[in-house]
Amino acid sequence: MHQHKTGLMKSFLRQWQLQSMVIPGIVWMFIFCYIPMFWLIIAFMDYSIAKPMLESPFVGLKHFESFLSDDRFWRSIRNTLGMSTIKLVLGFPIPILFALMLNEIRSIRFKRSVQTISYLPHFIAWTIFGGITLNWLGEGGVVNQLMMGLGLQEREILYNSDPKYFWWITYFTDTLKETGWSAIIYIAAIAGIDPGLYEAAELDGANRWQRMWHITVQSIRPTIAILFILAVAGILGSNFEQIFMLKNNMNMKMAESLDLYIYNMGLVSGRHSFSTAVLFVRSIVALGLLFLANYTSKKLTGDGIF
Amino acid sequence: MDIRRRFRRIGVFEVCNTLLMLAVCFITLYPMWFVFINSLNAPEQALLGTVNWFPTQFSLASYSVVFNDKSLMHGFYITTMRTVIGTVVHVLFTAIVAYGLSKTNLIGRKIYMKIALITMLFSGGLIPTFILMTKLGLYDNFLVFIIPAMYTFFNMVIFMSFFRTIPESLEESAKVDGASDYGVLFKIVLPNSMAVIATIALFSAVYHWNDYYQGVIYIHSQDKLPLQTMLYKIIAENSMSFMQQQAMAQFGARLPGNSIKFASMMVATLPILLFYPFIQRYLVKGVMIGAIKG
Repeated sequence: MHQHKTGLMKSFLRQWQLQSMVIPGIVWMFIFCYIPMFWLIIAFMDYSIAKPMLESPFVGLKHFESFLSDDRFWRSIRNTLGMSTIKLVLGFPIPILFALMLNEIRSIRFKRSVQTISYLPHFIAWTIFGGITLNWLGEGGVVNQLMMGLGLQEREILYNSDPKYFWWITYFTDTLKETGWSAIIYIAAIAGIDPGLYEAAELDGANRWQRMWHITVQSIRPTIAILFILAVAGILGSNFEQIFMLKNNMNMKMAESLDLYIYNMGLVSGRHSFSTAVLFVRSIVALGLLFLANYTSKKLTGDGIF
Repeated sequence: MDIRRRFRRIGVFEVCNTLLMLAVCFITLYPMWFVFINSLNAPEQALLGTVNWFPTQFSLASYSVVFNDKSLMHGFYITTMRTVIGTVVHVLFTAIVAYGLSKTNLIGRKIYMKIALITMLFSGGLIPTFILMTKLGLYDNFLVFIIPAMYTFFNMVIFMSFFRTIPESLEESAKVDGASDYGVLFKIVLPNSMAVIATIALFSAVYHWNDYYQGVIYIHSQDKLPLQTMLYKIIAENSMSFMQQQAMAQFGARLPGNSIKFASMMVATLPILLFYPFIQRYLVKGVMIGAIKG
């Protein structure tokens, strides 16, 4: 036993160069990932940032009780689930449809150009994209001009000041920005389909739509399944950079997602322990969802996510 | 007859589909075009509202306001520094860790990988991270852009799996010649990994260039704000820098909402738009590697 240990020590020292490459990484992870995890225990304390952590008194579940009875917390849950559900139901199929239609384009050069253009907005910062959105939704903006031009509304609407539009604004802007980028994975999956399948189907007299449904869609089903499971697992998340850009005092009622609530309570109002309690529950539920997603994926496709 | 009918049916579909794709391109490009033309519209004209297709009166006045605005230009400088330093540090650090972890004979590899994987599944989140940054003295410190962004699990895995595809024999022969592990990494492995390095560097650079949120949370002093955080303040909080206020007084505008705002947006996006045609294939490659490994 002792000899085995010294042997291990010796070979460890012999590969000190490799070890010296990895250990700084592990130290980084300890500092920037594990210490914050450990710091979640301030959820059970009345923590003040000015004092060392262990001098703060333990208060048990006080903060958990107080956020559970906070209407604003439940409102943020409703907003998060509302926005995620719209994105999931109406947003998830769009990149798939785009990939399917793009696949029907015959000219390779045109196809490539459309694809390249389609994912440009993904690389535009949310400050810019949000700035355009705010301008378009405002007084005399493109959206008002369009709606009035089409006769769909009689006078100007300040879309971003009316909370009832907020969820739809996040849905539309997200779709506009991310459709092309999200489609890449489907386009690649479609590119991997054996062309022989299409030839055989054509000989059997299958028309375009039948081929699209029975070959293309069926072949990329595993990809769709995994991405859908991941999307469901991420239901508690929201696009923070997007919401943070588009929110204002007037639409906060519908804009405050769970993450924004944590931010507002923790960093704006300075209630660190309270916010961390919310964060604690959010992290546990998210972890549970992730394991559930992994399990479902294994059951469905035989392959886990991690 | 049958062939002709089929031919025509395909024709209609093709036309509709082509139009649909052109519409997608239009919807994608139009927002940037909108910013571009409005940034070129004369500030006096911009008071009347935005234009949809072309400037009513062409002028570079807004750009001269932006380029003469010391605080915006300082933000541009901070963003550039952050992008360059942040990207170099991220690529080097992540690649070195990944190289070590790619060696199957590494003692403790299994434990290291578990430690790395757990960080993917669970995290402390915003508030504990904020407290940590404060305690580390990174609050209101330029390094807050660099150090926390040194490493990501995702990019480490991409590097690691790429390094595995480099033939053993290449590394072996260098070792026979007396090269150390660092020698092999820097002289053999990294020069043979330029494609993956380019991909990860580009992703990192785009992140650093576009991020406004770190600046909102962690930066307090005006002279450390990156350009995107300034833009956030101008657009979402309607605050103005001193030079802009002067320009406003000169042109009598009520809000910085017009061409000057668009000109600063254009300046902040220009590097991305200029490089995009050349770098986009690397970016796609990155997502593909990630999808296969992930």
